[in-house]
Amino acid sequence: MTDEKTIEVPDEMRAQVALTNMADLVKGNLLDKPYNWGRRNSIWPMMFGLACCAIEMIATAASRYDMARFGMEVMRPSPRQSDMLIVSGTVTKKMVPQIVRLYNQMPEPKYVVAMGACASGGGPFKEGYNVVAGIDKYIPVDVYISGCPPTPQALLNGFMKLQEKIDSQSINRERWYDKEDPIEALPVPVLGPDIMDPRDYAMITKQAKA
Amino acid sequence: MTEELVVTLSALETRFPDVVKKDERKGYEGFLVDTKNLVEVATVIRDELGYDYLSSVTGVDYLEEELLEVVYHFYRSTGGKSLVLSVQVPRKKAVVPSLYDLFISADFQEREAWDLYGIKFEGHPDLRRILMWEGFEGFPMRKDYQEAFFVEDQKPFANRWPEGKVFRSEDENQFGKNVQYPKGFDKPKKWDPEEEDLLYAGLQELGKKDSGDLATDHVVVNMGPQHPSTHGVFRMAVVLDGERIVALKPVMGYLHRNHEKIGERNTYLHNIPFTDRLDYLSSMVNNHGYVLAVEKLLGKKGAVPERAEYIRVIMSELTRVSNHLWAIGFLLNDLGAFFTPSLYAIEERELILDIFEATTGARMMNNYFRFGGVARDFPPGVLEKLNSIVFERLPRKVDELDVYLTDNEVVASRTKGVGVLSPEEAIAHGVGGPVLRASGVPYDVRRADPYSIYDRFDFDVAVRYHGDCYDRYIIRIDEIRQSLRILQQALKDIPEGPVLLKNPYNIRVPEGESYGRVEAPKGELGFYIVSDGTANPYRYHVRAPSFVNLTALEKMCVGQLVADAVVVLGSIDIVLGEVDR
Ligand code: SF4
Repeated sequence: MTDEKTIEVPDEMRAQVALTNMADLVKGNLLDKPYNWGRRNSIWPMMFGLACCAIEMIATAASRYDMARFGMEVMRPSPRQSDMLIVSGTVTKKMVPQIVRLYNQMPEPKYVVAMGACASGGGPFKEGYNVVAGIDKYIPVDVYISGCPPTPQALLNGFMKLQEKIDSQSINRERWYDKEDPIEALPVPVLGPDIMDPRDYAMITKQAKA
Repeated sequence: MTEELVVTLSALETRFPDVVKKDERKGYEGFLVDTKNLVEVATVIRDELGYDYLSSVTGVDYLEEELLEVVYHFYRSTGGKSLVLSVQVPRKKAVVPSLYDLFISADFQEREAWDLYGIKFEGHPDLRRILMWEGFEGFPMRKDYQEAFFVEDQKPFANRWPEGKVFRSEDENQFGKNVQYPKGFDKPKKWDPEEEDLLYAGLQELGKKDSGDLATDHVVVNMGPQHPSTHGVFRMAVVLDGERIVALKPVMGYLHRNHEKIGERNTYLHNIPFTDRLDYLSSMVNNHGYVLAVEKLLGKKGAVPERAEYIRVIMSELTRVSNHLWAIGFLLNDLGAFFTPSLYAIEERELILDIFEATTGARMMNNYFRFGGVARDFPPGVLEKLNSIVFERLPRKVDELDVYLTDNEVVASRTKGVGVLSPEEAIAHGVGGPVLRASGVPYDVRRADPYSIYDRFDFDVAVRYHGDCYDRYIIRIDEIRQSLRILQQALKDIPEGPVLLKNPYNIRVPEGESYGRVEAPKGELGFYIVSDGTANPYRYHVRAPSFVNLTALEKMCVGQLVADAVVVLGSIDIVLGEVDR
């Protein structure tokens, strides 16, 4: 696939250099390796804590467990600069509109980690009238971490799982950069008599008639 | 009844014949007052009898009697036992006069009772929902309110035990999630949310001011709920004139996890792990407050063996040390010294967590205290480790923090004279803990109303007198030193023996009400419990120090620069799990 006619490669360099073009690289999945290697080692989490689990997240960021070993020490307070949303705690109905909004503001490729029992499925507070039984009812989740709270080791293990996921992704398959058909923002829930997901409006109207 | 209360009662009875009555229900310790006399009686209590500190206001729903009750706990800021007043109103027409004008500490607590019970407080200047949002359907703490995932009134649920039928609540709900809508509600698209409008309406009122000859506008800035300086999901709506704060409203409820509703469905023992998750930085102390309240009801049956009392004190004080370390670290974060001081603090906290983990099996959520003792004894080796930390390492490290921070130019210039709260204001706002003591009021529950075995130890109540952020910082260093003193004495004296006498799984709590309070690292933590003799608490209320301390936030911030609001908030040291519950 080299283009030897236009670019001269000196003889002594031939063993080290291969010439190709972008289209071929992408098609042959050759770009994925270096691209994913770069991404997996510099996932910037959003500086965003919800509840008790956030304390363990901070402990993980501190010197004893040291998230910096994974290139994750750069916590960004702004969603526009972060790659990963760690949902670290109980998601309440009052909070979920903000979380969906934050998620929408993050640039692709973005990842969501549900840290702990609450974020994964409601946890000990699941039955509460103001509690969302798992953030995955509103935004897609990539990694679930069990525990209440997950220990720092468990959290790190979750990050490693996320890295594995990143390794397995390919620019050819993912939809991050699709110009023709861009990904729609998720609908932001509204605080009504109870939390209302715009995707459920039809169902709400139907139940009123029943 | 204590002697003190007898005197108070006779004083009240002579002043108000037929108006103030002793609460005759079995196990109740307060006085019943008519709604129309409430303000008058409260004024006398405050001005003549010296009960100037309104600690807790909460509602109770007596469904069978068709009554809603509001319970007030008053204290003297000089120490002593509580004075409990209750007023009863019919459920259908629940209107009670507000005590806001007498005790500002009623502000948020009355709003909470309105939010969760639908009790209207006449005369409250800003009676909006506080934990839920405006427009939410129903008053969730009422006994006849049922959640979307409702199964049964009380645990253990009959279908889960002993049958063991496991199911996912989502599968039973037609929306597949935790929601329910009122009957006939069919216009979700036309819904008009009013929460924010009401909030801003209140703010504009406050923010109206003449700005001199140059016409300027005020700006409303929202900090939070996602903001790195708010220590969680807390929000401040601030009105600014230039950079000066002219009005501020805290907005909370973003972590309202329905602790109390769930607590009333749980059995008594179930609630211990839930209290861990209130102030999740000081789980052990939360445990302590709760078991104290229940043990009070249990009477002799709740007696605690000596060794367990010592272990309780040791654990509580270790918690205080770790909490204050964390608070100092993150106050420095808020000052702009991002993460480095915190790293020093967290390093020491980790050592304490190791002790917790070895003893209880968990780093944070310890679930360690039981009615009548603690769950298990220290495993071998832990006491030696504790000794080395308490006698050697921690004193050294506190001195180190002190040297680095106390005389630091930047710390001093950012905190001295900022967010001042006078002692009178502090008492009126009902703040507690380090915030109260930094304002010059030497009030510490461990001394003012001793519980457990705190009367045996030699320690000073730390006090500072300026009431600014600097004093609120330095008082935490003082308190760590005092806690270490207590720890050193406790570790020297700890006797051998059992740590738990009875099997805690099957307790019957006699009828009555009780209020157990402890000096939590953040202030007075109280648990109000009403028992009807069944296996579940009839009423379970948490008087959370962080929540009440926030009442004073606006007072401290108005007139300061907006950057200082962050520091003031950091110096109060809140934890959202406890604010919102
Ligand atoms: S999973 Fe447990 S520790 Fe984490 S937020 Fe929920 S209750 Fe707190």
